[in-house]
Amino acid sequence: MKINPFRNRAFPGDARHWPGLFTATAAFFAYVYLPILILIALSFNENRTVTIWTGFSLDWYRMAFSNRDIVSAATNSLIIASVASVSATTLATLAALRMASNDRFLGKTGINAVFALPITVPEIVPAVATLMFFASLGFTFGLGTVIIGHIVFCIPFAYLPIRARLEGMDPKIGEAAADLYANPVQAFWRVTLPQLVPGILSGLVLAFIISLDDFVTTFFLGGAGSTTLPIYIFGLVRTGVTPEVNAISSLMLLLSLSLVSLSLFLGRDQNRKTGPD
Amino acid sequence: MTRAGKNILFRALLIGPALLAITVFMIIPLGLMAYISFRGRDYSGGVLWDQFTAEAYVRLFFESELDGTLALNFNYMYIILRSVWLSFLTMVISLAVGLPVAMFMATRDAKWKAVLVFMVTLPFWTNLLVRNYAWILLLRDHGIINSALLWLGIISEPLPLLHNSFAVAVGLTYSFLPFMVLPIYASLEKIDLRLVEASFDLYANRWQTIKRVILPLAFPGIVAGCVLVFVPALGAYITPELLGGGKTLMIGNLIGFQFGAARNWPFGAALGMFLLALVLTSLWLYARRYRGDLERLQ
Repeated sequence: MKINPFRNRAFPGDARHWPGLFTATAAFFAYVYLPILILIALSFNENRTVTIWTGFSLDWYRMAFSNRDIVSAATNSLIIASVASVSATTLATLAALRMASNDRFLGKTGINAVFALPITVPEIVPAVATLMFFASLGFTFGLGTVIIGHIVFCIPFAYLPIRARLEGMDPKIGEAAADLYANPVQAFWRVTLPQLVPGILSGLVLAFIISLDDFVTTFFLGGAGSTTLPIYIFGLVRTGVTPEVNAISSLMLLLSLSLVSLSLFLGRDQNRKTGPD
Repeated sequence: MTRAGKNILFRALLIGPALLAITVFMIIPLGLMAYISFRGRDYSGGVLWDQFTAEAYVRLFFESELDGTLALNFNYMYIILRSVWLSFLTMVISLAVGLPVAMFMATRDAKWKAVLVFMVTLPFWTNLLVRNYAWILLLRDHGIINSALLWLGIISEPLPLLHNSFAVAVGLTYSFLPFMVLPIYASLEKIDLRLVEASFDLYANRWQTIKRVILPLAFPGIVAGCVLVFVPALGAYITPELLGGGKTLMIGNLIGFQFGAARNWPFGAALGMFLLALVLTSLWLYARRYRGDLERLQ
């Protein structure tokens, strides 16, 4: 068979140029990103009916920022996410420092399974279980109960990247520190920790985003005065679509997107930059 | 203190706090849930702590007639079956969409791979509630899709796209699709493309190559992706709540309902145990067969 160099430039066995792969991927990214982009575009729409474009306007953002309920919900979201992510990252860092070493000890696999538990089980189950637990103990539902719930499910999101970072460290650097007469404490503060800081920050930001975006746990463990932005948005969406919701939703999207970019930037594999080994 | 003793103390101090937090605020509550699922229901909304009964589990499948006999009740079974069916459908659609995407990603050069992985990961970190809300804007009667179809003259009445199983399936697929793409990509990424060339040299066509070379190599990733999509879809709460419009309930909503308007904790606890059992069984079946593969993918 004669090969037409224009119609079929690639050898059919070259999987990089198979027909359909590019189209499927383009369709996939359109499916993933179009709804988000449409939401953001509509938040700038002047029209109240939401889906018909009549002109550019920042009115809905202005309304959102001057709405006291939204401001207080945003404040709650930030308080909860800050306290929960810092606490969870502290706990996760301590645990990862010990769990990342190569030695085996009794229960290590089990402990790793426990640390993964909050992301293994569908969120609704621990949320209602903790609701019953707190209610049985006579706790008052509010910011405190929400923060406890958030700390628990944030632990794996901080633990996994920090442990990965520790496991990826070159053990020779620690050995070199020991050779240069650093005691274990000095080696930790001067060698291990500085290398680990980007990993910790990356874990912290991920935990912060996860907490900020959470709905289910906050919904079941919350009470009077612990309304967060997702809870507020949910309340509005159930009564109907309003342009204000588009504005707050877009802000939440943009905040998560910038934070996750920051986290991935901090957590990127820096070994790759040191060139071929 | 001995060296071994010091080592154990050190370990306890570092691992202890995180382990304690998860144990006290997750494992013990789950234990309490198991306990409550076998307690009686106090109709004022509480739990009869000293009454042991399997009533809550019986209620999943039967209802009491007026004369006290039990009759099969399909209401809850129907919701459970719908949850399993919608999760399965989500898994199949995600696989059909995810496989070519993963294949495309795996055959790019290193720089493009990094960009594409970033683009697939990014939506996962954005607010799930907001992403589902975006679909309301698209699917509702005066939404983007219906307006566009009306404008084009393809339809004359808005299609009922929202508040049904279709909307829930779309939302679930949208929510969990990255979990399918990433593991398949991870297992395809290491494929030596010369294997594909060799397959063509041996007179296999494209379809045979996919079936005999690519799918076997992608298999661990496909199985991992299926588990990672199926499990969270099964426990979904937000998607059916928003896009199902309170009519297309799934197990998660039924559980939530018992702690809200219905105030039936033992039944809610029993449903929670049932969902937990479904999830842990899927994970256990998977781990038993593919343990090594899962660890390699992480």
